Amino acid sequence: MDFATNLLNVICYLPLVGALVIVFLVKREQTKAIKWVATVTVGLDFVVSIPLWFLYDPQGAAFQFVYQHDWIPSVGSRYFFGIDGISLLLILLTTLLGFISVYSSFSAITHREKEYYVFLLLLQTGMLGVFMSLDFILFYVFWEVMLVPMYFLIGVWGGPRKLYAAIKFFLYTLFGSVLMLVGILALYFYNSTGLAAIGLPGLGNAPTFDVTELFKIAPQIPAGVQFWVFLAFFVGFAIKVPMFPFHTWLPDAHVEAPTAGSVILAGVLLKMGTYGFIRFSLPLLPDATVKAVPWVAGLAIVGIVYGALVAMAQKDMKKLVAYSSVSHLGFVMLGMFSLNPHGLSGSVLQMINHGLSTGGLFLLVGIIYERRHTRMIAEYGGIAKVMPIYAMMFMVITMASIGLPTLNGFIGEFTILIGAFNRSTTWAVIAATGIVLGAAYMLWLYQQVFFGEITIEENKKLKDVNLREQWTLIPLIVMCFWIGLYPKPFFRIMEPSIQRIVRVVDKDYLNRPVVKLPAAPAAHAAEPAGEPGGHGAH
Amino acid sequence: MTADLVALLPELVLSGLAMALLLFGLVGGGRRHGALGAGAVLSIVAAGVALWVVASGTAEGTRFFFGMFVLDRFAVFFKALFLLSSGLAILLSLDYLKRNDYRPAEYHTLVMLATVGMMVMASGANLATIYVGLELMALSTYILAGYFRREVKSHEAAVKYFVLGALSSGILLYGLSLLYGATGTLDLATLAAKVAGGRPGTPVLIGIALLTCGFLFKVAAVPFHMWTPDVYEGAPTPITAFMSVGPKAAAFAMFLRVYLGGLEPLADQWRLFVAVAAALTMVWGNVAALTQDNVKRMLAYSSIAHAGYALLGLMAGGQNGLQSVMFYMLVYTVTNLGAFGFVILLESRGFAGETVNDYAGLARKHPVAAFGMLLFLLSLGGIPPTAGFMGKLYLFAAAVQAGYVWLVVVAVLMSAVSLYYYLRIVLQMYLRDGADAEPAALLAAPWTERVIVACAVAVLVIGVLPGPFGEAARATVSVLAGK
Repeated sequence: MDFATNLLNVICYLPLVGALVIVFLVKREQTKAIKWVATVTVGLDFVVSIPLWFLYDPQGAAFQFVYQHDWIPSVGSRYFFGIDGISLLLILLTTLLGFISVYSSFSAITHREKEYYVFLLLLQTGMLGVFMSLDFILFYVFWEVMLVPMYFLIGVWGGPRKLYAAIKFFLYTLFGSVLMLVGILALYFYNSTGLAAIGLPGLGNAPTFDVTELFKIAPQIPAGVQFWVFLAFFVGFAIKVPMFPFHTWLPDAHVEAPTAGSVILAGVLLKMGTYGFIRFSLPLLPDATVKAVPWVAGLAIVGIVYGALVAMAQKDMKKLVAYSSVSHLGFVMLGMFSLNPHGLSGSVLQMINHGLSTGGLFLLVGIIYERRHTRMIAEYGGIAKVMPIYAMMFMVITMASIGLPTLNGFIGEFTILIGAFNRSTTWAVIAATGIVLGAAYMLWLYQQVFFGEITIEENKKLKDVNLREQWTLIPLIVMCFWIGLYPKPFFRIMEPSIQRIVRVVDKDYLNRPVVKLPAAPAAHAAEPAGEPGGHGAH
Repeated sequence: MTADLVALLPELVLSGLAMALLLFGLVGGGRRHGALGAGAVLSIVAAGVALWVVASGTAEGTRFFFGMFVLDRFAVFFKALFLLSSGLAILLSLDYLKRNDYRPAEYHTLVMLATVGMMVMASGANLATIYVGLELMALSTYILAGYFRREVKSHEAAVKYFVLGALSSGILLYGLSLLYGATGTLDLATLAAKVAGGRPGTPVLIGIALLTCGFLFKVAAVPFHMWTPDVYEGAPTPITAFMSVGPKAAAFAMFLRVYLGGLEPLADQWRLFVAVAAALTMVWGNVAALTQDNVKRMLAYSSIAHAGYALLGLMAGGQNGLQSVMFYMLVYTVTNLGAFGFVILLESRGFAGETVNDYAGLARKHPVAAFGMLLFLLSLGGIPPTAGFMGKLYLFAAAVQAGYVWLVVVAVLMSAVSLYYYLRIVLQMYLRDGADAEPAALLAAPWTERVIVACAVAVLVIGVLPGPFGEAARATVSVLAGK
């Protein structure tokens, strides 16, 4: 048993094992045991995932910790796990948020605990599998597997409109992903036998769903095929992200989901969409990607501004945070479709940032909701007086979310804007208004909830956050500061993977004259480490 | 002659034992549920052993009875599948028959005879053989649909099934006779040789059109599906379960053998016809299921929709198309039998078990069975890691390869639609508390439960490790019509 080759399997299936233990060995009534088994499992999972950070060699092979096994030989599908710098960061985010979401559910979930923690653990396995799979069928299996537990989390433990939200979430994402499956099949046959009936000869390679094999044929795929496959992938991933016209499932799902569900949903599930783009669409379909840039970037910018404007008009805290996600994910997409190293690395970092800060915001909203059973902003005011620690933590996460320097959001958004600026000044200018609007609605929210006099009697008796609640938030706050103050290790880990993608989607990028950038306002920030030669001018 | 009889051994064993059971019932054992049930199941097992012996001793594609009966991997796979489905259907019936107090002897005999018919169909290398098998199967199933003679609904189902079934058999037969008139042969291999090359004459074309209608009738494809919901709703539930997998798979076996064997050279003539029917079937089956409150009707429409998916593989043709339909039939058999098993479980537990609302809160009361049902519904909807996903993957892959991308797009979108009504049941089971729906009487239904568990395990195993099952479903197209 080689440690490195089996590490991914252990990380992926540990939550599943935990779920099985709960199902078979713990009785329904033993809620304490259920909680602790779940917490220990995800905690252990996080601990086991930490060695990835140290053992991963950014300068090494494209995919590391590879584990392969025959799975469905007749169709050329293999059980194939492996990660690069991008998936590594997302896996760590997933295990961290997985732990936090389980640990934060102790007091929020008071009925049907057994099923709840089982579904939460299954969800964890599904999400981790998505980020590890390098075989299309395996990827697709995990991608859809995680729909079911999420459906239950929303549908059983959600808010008043939970049934509607659950089915909407399920069907929306399913519609997208089934089309993606058609795209996968088209790609698969183009690589092997071709689609003779519609006059498309194949490349005659051995049939395979192995993504790393398919990367090799990317330059040979004709533009027409790329267009259709890109479209099929786009529907699947854009719904998941969600990008502007496909976002309507998100506010419903977020608002109705229980706190931990919202944390996972915002923190990890949405990243599966952006991850899909960066892992599959960009490197597999470079021509189509380049042609799609104006469209996707356009939608991303609309999403940034639209999400921010709608967030400003919300009366419900959770809805506000949900729409802010639309806006933030717009940034991620904009950076990605700048197709340059800055944009892409900013985009990946912003995925992590969004997971931390929005996950944190949902936790915070959940904490106060448990006390007052309302999320209406108008029901609060002056809370800072009775809940000082809570107010302080809320402040830090708010600042992280709006991109204050020294916190993580700034690094991500700034790097993305550099990338976008390199592509088009106009984009960067419009997108930057999203930051201003973001500051506006978040600060407005903060002001309404925390400052002023306490006007509602009930709020005077609110208890400040307890130790357990603090410990769900502290890791997030630490991470926000770490990325904000010293993002270099993060950029260092993802840089070679990003370079690989840039080389595919934009062959000439590295030869183009470098746009002179103004000096970064914070010396420690904004510079992705390990830029290739020819690009080190700034 | 001896070789011929040996090749027919599984069918002979099964029909002989069926007769024995019938006699046993007549001489006084008519209500001995345990003995008759055990006898029926053991007969199926005996036929399975005979099949295994015969299959392993026969060369691929050997013909018997003057070329009218063929043994190849295709036939053996389907025969094994039929034995599996009727065996499970009998197990599902045990508790049910006892509870409703119907005579088991004739019941089991009819199921076994229907199985013999299906096995003959799978082996038919001649249109006449296939037709004889079809009629044996159909006549037995007509009676079974009306077996609950104290229920009006059951009568209605039987009459409807009989009238429409006979009509479709007539259409089919007329198509066959036109083909025979035009080509002078009923032998599939000769037929393939005769229709190959050159433009087919008008009688052949009309014959194919009628034949296709007849076949589409038998697999319950739109627009020839109208009988399905009524028959499925009215028939005793174990028989509905049986009809939805056994006779349906048999109809597909005959469809595959005739169309990919004998009529393969005329694929250009029938492909578009089947393609349109497949699209209509998938769309209408799923859309109509959306509004059904009766679970049996919902599953009936769902089975229509699934016939539509399977038609994709038939159209795709070739090695992959054939394999995908065969594999799908296996997947669908275990999934659908499990799902109907759950319906039976509820009925035998004093629930009406028929409307969606009866499922409220079941997950808490019967967690194991409800979890099984969850798996079956996800499998029907094609969500991994269940068998249904792998089945659809094989089908869609075959169809994409054959260039029917538009049809696959219809299929995947419709399978997303289908999740809506499958999840309605899930929603009732898991998401509603169902405080008002206390189970009236918890009658023991041990065999039904065992079948559900076995099917659930099969659904998961095939879903996670589809490789060996896909291999088992691999038959050679070129020997379909016989060598």
